[in-house]
Amino acid sequence: MPAAVIVFPGSNCDRDVAVALEAATGRPPAMVWHQESSLPQCDLIVVPGGFSYGDYLRSGAMAAHSPILRTVIDRAHAGTPVLGICNGFQILAEARLLPGVLMRNASLKFVCRDVDLRVERTDTIFTSGYATGQVLRVPIAHHDGNYFTDAETLQRLEDGGQIAFRYCDSDGNVTADANPNGSIANIAGILNAQGNVLGMMPHPERLAEALLGGTDGAAMFGALAEAIAA
Amino acid sequence: MSITASRPQDLMGLSADEYDTILEILGRAPNVTELGIFSVMWSEHCSYKSSKKWLKTLPTEGPQVIQGPGENAGVVDIGDGQAVIFKIESHNHPSFIEPYQGAATGVGGILRDVFTMGARPVANLNALRFGSPDHPKTRHLVGGVVAGIGGYGNCIGVPTVGGEVNFDPSYNGNILVNAMTVGIASTDKIFYSAAAGVDLPVVYVGSKTGRDGIHGATMASAEFADDSDEKRPTVQVGDPFTEKLLLEACLELMATDAIVAIQDMGAAGLTSSSVEMASKGDVGIELDLDRVPRRESGMTAYEIMLSESQERMLMVLQPGREDEARRIFAKWELDFAVIGTTNASGRLTLIEGGNEEANIPVAPLVAAAPEYDRPWTPAPPCAVVNADEVPAADDLGDALISLVGSPELCSRRWIWEQYDHMVMGDTVVRPGGDAALVRVHGTGKGLAMATDCTPRYVEANPIEGGRQAVAEAWRNVTAVGATPLAVTNNLNFGNPERPEIMGQLVGAVQGIGEACTALDCPVVSGNVSLYNETNGKAILPTPVIGCVGVMSDVAKAVTLDFKAAGDTIFVIGETLGWLGCSLYQRQITGDTTGAPPPVDLASERKNGDLVRHLIADGVLTACHDVSDGGLAVALAEMAMASEIGTDIGATINVSTDIPTHSWLFGEDQGRYVVTTAAPEAVVDAAATAGVAAHAIGVTTVSTLTLPGARPISVAEIRATHEHWLPDYMAAG
Repeated sequence: MPAAVIVFPGSNCDRDVAVALEAATGRPPAMVWHQESSLPQCDLIVVPGGFSYGDYLRSGAMAAHSPILRTVIDRAHAGTPVLGICNGFQILAEARLLPGVLMRNASLKFVCRDVDLRVERTDTIFTSGYATGQVLRVPIAHHDGNYFTDAETLQRLEDGGQIAFRYCDSDGNVTADANPNGSIANIAGILNAQGNVLGMMPHPERLAEALLGGTDGAAMFGALAEAIAA
Repeated sequence: MSITASRPQDLMGLSADEYDTILEILGRAPNVTELGIFSVMWSEHCSYKSSKKWLKTLPTEGPQVIQGPGENAGVVDIGDGQAVIFKIESHNHPSFIEPYQGAATGVGGILRDVFTMGARPVANLNALRFGSPDHPKTRHLVGGVVAGIGGYGNCIGVPTVGGEVNFDPSYNGNILVNAMTVGIASTDKIFYSAAAGVDLPVVYVGSKTGRDGIHGATMASAEFADDSDEKRPTVQVGDPFTEKLLLEACLELMATDAIVAIQDMGAAGLTSSSVEMASKGDVGIELDLDRVPRRESGMTAYEIMLSESQERMLMVLQPGREDEARRIFAKWELDFAVIGTTNASGRLTLIEGGNEEANIPVAPLVAAAPEYDRPWTPAPPCAVVNADEVPAADDLGDALISLVGSPELCSRRWIWEQYDHMVMGDTVVRPGGDAALVRVHGTGKGLAMATDCTPRYVEANPIEGGRQAVAEAWRNVTAVGATPLAVTNNLNFGNPERPEIMGQLVGAVQGIGEACTALDCPVVSGNVSLYNETNGKAILPTPVIGCVGVMSDVAKAVTLDFKAAGDTIFVIGETLGWLGCSLYQRQITGDTTGAPPPVDLASERKNGDLVRHLIADGVLTACHDVSDGGLAVALAEMAMASEIGTDIGATINVSTDIPTHSWLFGEDQGRYVVTTAAPEAVVDAAATAGVAAHAIGVTTVSTLTLPGARPISVAEIRATHEHWLPDYMAAG
């Protein structure tokens, strides 16, 4: 089954993630316009990066109430894997598919650069291509990536193994210096309790090709391709 | 003329003579709307009245050129049925008044210029000039401009991949924000602005019209005094999300054959777009202003015509295709209104509430636009400064560290990390190198691009400075391995009514023309920004060059960072130790004096061609052009760019008969530092090409050792290099 990529009018990483998906799965994903209310047959839904509806309100706040999101929410609850990258993560959080919020970066500035990520879970369909503790080099590009949640929820995330990636140094140490946006517990990506929804601020699709400077993102799409082909 | 007595008090920036010409054209006095239209169309910004005479001397043709200056942007063939479309444009005055919105709308405007022609924008660049770091406004302006450029480009999803920044007190009251966009189109799908044909629908799309930016073009055509803050209402407000919608909707409509002509509403808004389309198509246009979508009620015809509200386009469609176009714009939730028709009258007619608000013959409005041959005096020649007239520092390593940690040469990472430089997934060489390299999507080829100008050279000798700006941009594009194709220029100068300023412009244009001819790199688009002065003090003359080149296989591109220890380091080109007008001279003596380094265009070309061939043959492991700060700074930059954790430095051993400090820091032109694992191949190729190539040392682990300098750890020099800008910005 193919993957589906949700396209908002202000999405701007929809093509980038489609390229990565096609490279991994051998077929182009279905591109689904935000005004649709149904999804084609698919075993993976990707909510890409960008500025969904301009994000002049809180990032992702409007998109969480778009027609297509109702369907995405239903499918997520039914167990279909959903991957939200950057703005996609913000949208999934606003839609309450994932707990917490993404606040303005602690620096108050947009930041675009490669960061190191420590893989915290490898028993998910998103991360099965990695080793636990592996350090990935993946770019970030966001203004609102400062993940926050209350202490109780954070504890639940920690206990439930819902933290997928943390910002770390090149040796895998989770340090304040390695945190590019002030996110709590250096969180870069989280899973829902069922493990079928992943939201992450870094862009694995941007370093999935050696020519562009790295391939650490490719294993995520490779693992997803295998999972949805199975 | 007899009507002169009734000349209004406010001529809206027009001269009395220009007003009298209007009387002749109309045979009557203009009403306020008409006067406003003449005022913006004849403003320096729109009419190029002071510079036109000289711009005509620039080389604009070549087998690769599909469209030179005169359209929204230049179009150059890159083979395989594809074209690169690019242009640079200034937004200087608005950015000084309101840095975030001024810079943001500068990006928005240049993006529209490029996608108006049918191209999908694939990269943005910029060239920024700020005042002295000590000036109380500088920090605020740097922060605002960078955030504005990022805010717009990041949202619309076009990577900002390159640029340059200088600080100089001459920009204290008048910063420069020049934005460049590069796009890609099919050669058989390029759109122009000529509204050929009558009885065709004239369609307005995009944002609604508001009262923002009224008379922005006029404001940009006058110098500043202390009241510049009062001009804030002339600055437009940008909405990058709407621009994204407009971009996608226009490209979707362009995939059909419904469009006859299209023109973005930039400076002078609805006025210049409608006049331009009518003039180029040799037709008249009648507009019903009641149908113009607007943001607020009670707007007058004058306000509607002069508004510079952003994210708007004017199109002429094939008859009967309105509904098809309307559907596309409805999908993208944008306003769409048929606001007029073309006709055979040759006149611009504006109707509002059934009344005729303006009636102007188009041809004289355009053709009679003033063109001045302003008096000019050549810049006085500067004496050549000999190397021994500039003292040697006690330790040349300390001099190097001060230089790479100075505002002029420190890392620009703080800036470009605020720009999304990777979106679209084709950025092969990121910011921080000589040129950025962006792959043409879905192919193996790429476009290299860079912006350059060394204003202190232009001030000292406008002709050499003009040549140098072109040569350096050409060199930067060459240094990654690409073949330069064409340039766009942004001529930023002071008040052209002063002969010495006009002399700078004339000289710089001459130098640019000579270099473009010698390097086969014609000018295909550009912009002129004059009156960059505050209280009678002009900026340094700043003719910025944006160069674009093509590379058939991006996998062969070379970057500046040292890759491994043990490579042989060569300097391509002759090193004579020219310290006049150099950054080293300023570092040591506190000022730059003397003539700038001359540009030998023949060797510039020969040296660059050799470097390009060596890269294509896979001989080089790294390549960097030599510019500000000379060889020492170039070597340090290559070391600092090496991968953190596995730092690579260099050991330089050279015996030279010129003073060591001039060998290290001289700014002789036409040079590259390259590294290779196959030194014989470099020696042989250089000998065959008749190019000077001197082996000067080898790359080593972690330390940079230069003659006359203590060994410096790469980590130490990198720390210095990275600190200045973030520390400066945080100190506010």
